Amino acid sequence: MRVRRLLTTLLVWAGLAALQCQAEPLSAPLPVDEVAPGVFVHIGAIALMRKDNDGGIGNLGFVVGNDAVAVIDSGGSVREGRRLRAAIRARTDTPIRYVINTHGHPDHVFGNAAFVADGATFVGHHRLPAALKLRGPYYLEAFRRLLGDELIDEVRIIPPTLLVDQTMTLDLGGRKLTLAAWPVAHSDCDLTVFDETTATLFAGDLSFVTHIPVIDGSLKGLLAVLEQLDKIPAQRLVPGHGPVAEPHQAFAAQRRYLQTLSNDTRAMIARGAKLSEAADTAAASERPRWQMFDDYNARNATAAYSEIEWE
Amino acid sequence: MLANRLLSLIAGVAMLQGAASAARADAPAPYDPWPSLQQEIFKGRAMQDGNGVLAIEMPGRAEDAAIVPVTLRLKLPPGDARKVSAITLVIDQNPSPLAARFELGRDAGVSEISTRVRVNSYTDVHAIAELSDGQLYMVKTFVKASGGCSVPAAKDAVEARNNLGQIRFRQFAKAGDGHSSGAREAQIMIGHPNNSGLQMDQLTRAYTPAFFVNEMQVWLDDAPVLSMEGGISISENPNFQFSYVPTGGKQFRIEAKDTEGHVFQGEWKAETSGM
Repeated sequence: MRVRRLLTTLLVWAGLAALQCQAEPLSAPLPVDEVAPGVFVHIGAIALMRKDNDGGIGNLGFVVGNDAVAVIDSGGSVREGRRLRAAIRARTDTPIRYVINTHGHPDHVFGNAAFVADGATFVGHHRLPAALKLRGPYYLEAFRRLLGDELIDEVRIIPPTLLVDQTMTLDLGGRKLTLAAWPVAHSDCDLTVFDETTATLFAGDLSFVTHIPVIDGSLKGLLAVLEQLDKIPAQRLVPGHGPVAEPHQAFAAQRRYLQTLSNDTRAMIARGAKLSEAADTAAASERPRWQMFDDYNARNATAAYSEIEWE
Repeated sequence: MLANRLLSLIAGVAMLQGAASAARADAPAPYDPWPSLQQEIFKGRAMQDGNGVLAIEMPGRAEDAAIVPVTLRLKLPPGDARKVSAITLVIDQNPSPLAARFELGRDAGVSEISTRVRVNSYTDVHAIAELSDGQLYMVKTFVKASGGCSVPAAKDAVEARNNLGQIRFRQFAKAGDGHSSGAREAQIMIGHPNNSGLQMDQLTRAYTPAFFVNEMQVWLDDAPVLSMEGGISISENPNFQFSYVPTGGKQFRIEAKDTEGHVFQGEWKAETSGM
C-alpha cells in the first residue's frame, strides 16, 4: 500500500517534470512585418546591445519559399534567435534550411545556435569563418559585460559551412536568392542577399537608415561598394539597422555622411590636426541627421583618419 | 577555460617582455598593479605629483581600443630652469604595461608628444616625467577600453603589407601658440604591424609572434630631438607627433628598428615657418 502511494507520487512528479520540460523553450515570437510577399523583417532597436534588449539591435529577416526558409541574420543572442524562430514557426511549417549571416558582428550572429537543431546550413562570406575565428573569442569576452552571463553563456560562435566567394544562388523552391560577397567595406566579410521575386535587397550593415553608418572595415571601400549596391534593381532595401527604405534615397544619405566624414578628415590631416581632434569634430555637420551619432561618429572618424593618413 | 588560456598567454607574454609578473596577470581585476610597476620600472624611486609639470590627455572611453590617442604635454612653470629629460608612459593593465619611454633632446624644446596606443582593459595610465635634476613627476588618467591588444587592428591586411617599412615624415606650423613661441610640429608615421603577440593568425590558428618597432631616434643635424623605446602597446603603424623649437638645423634624420632587427631610416629637409 505504502509502496503504491510512493509510486503514484513519483509518477505525478515525473509527469509534472515532463510538462515543465515541454513548456520551457516556448519563446514569444519576435514582431515581424511582411514587407513583400514571403519576405519578413524584424526591425531591431536603435540602441546599443544590452541585457534588457536581448542584444536585439540588428534587423533580422526570413524569406519563405515553397521548399525552404532562409533566415537572414540570427540576432544578438540565442534568446533573440529563438524568438525569431518562433516568429517563423508561427507563419510556416516549411523547413528552415539556411541561416545566412550578412557579416560577423555579434548583433547578427549571436543567435545562430537557435537554428542548429533545425539542421540549417550556415551561409556566409568566404572570409567570415576567419573573421569569427579571429574575433569570436574576443566578442564572447567583451559582450559578457554588456549582455550578462545568462545571455552570453548559451551563445556559440557558429561559422558558415557554405561559403560565398563572389556570388551564389540559393533556390528556396519557386524563388531564388542571389548572395553577393563584397570587398572590405563595413567589415571584411559583408554579404548581401537579393530576393529576385520581390526585388528586396537585404544589405546587412553595408546600409544604415536613420541609424548612423558604422565603419569597421574601410571608408573608401564602403563608398565604392555603395556605388555598386545602388545599381542593383531593388524595389526596397532592408538595411542592417533602421527602417526598410527606398534604396536610392537611403544610399544617397549614407554616401553624403561618409563623404563628409572623408572630406573633413582629409582636411584635418592636411593641416596637421591630431587623431583626437578628428574624433571630436569630423562630420559634425551630420549630427542632426543621424541617431546614435555620439555613439559611433568618433569611432568612424578614428577609422577614417587612420585610413586616409596613409594615402 | 578560454579566459584561463588567455590569461596564461598574457602572463607568458608579460614575462617575455620582462615587464610584468605572471602573478599579476592571474590576479582578480580590482588588483592595483601600480605599486609593483613603480617598483619594477623605477626601482621604487620617489615620485611627486606631476600636475603643473606635465599633463596626459586620453579619451575617457576609447572609441577603438587598438588605436587610442594619447598626448603628453609639458608645462614646467616659467622660471623653472630645469628641463624634462624623459617621459615614460605606463598602461597599468596591459599585458606589457611599459608602453614607451621617450627621451627628449636637451635643446630641442619638445613640449608635446602624441602617439596612439592599444588598451586591453579598463585601466589607469601613468605618465612620469624625469627632470634634469633627476626628480620624477607623475600624472595619471583612467581609460575605459578593452581588447586593444588581442583584436587584430589591420582591417585590410593587403594594404597593411603595402605600407610595411615605409616611414613618412610631415612638418607643420604648430597650431595655437606656434607663432609666438616659434615652435613647430613634426609627425613620424612608420608602416609596421607592431604585432602584440596576442593576435591569432586566422589560417594557422597560432598566435602571431610579437613583432614591433622597439626603437626610434630623431635627430636635427647632429642634435638628438627625440628618441623612443617602445613595446607592444604602441598601435599598429606607429605614429608620433611632437612639437619642437627650431634651432636652425637643416636636416631631420630618423632611424627606427624593430624586434627582428630591420632598420628603417630616412632624411628630410627641415622646413621653416617662413616668419
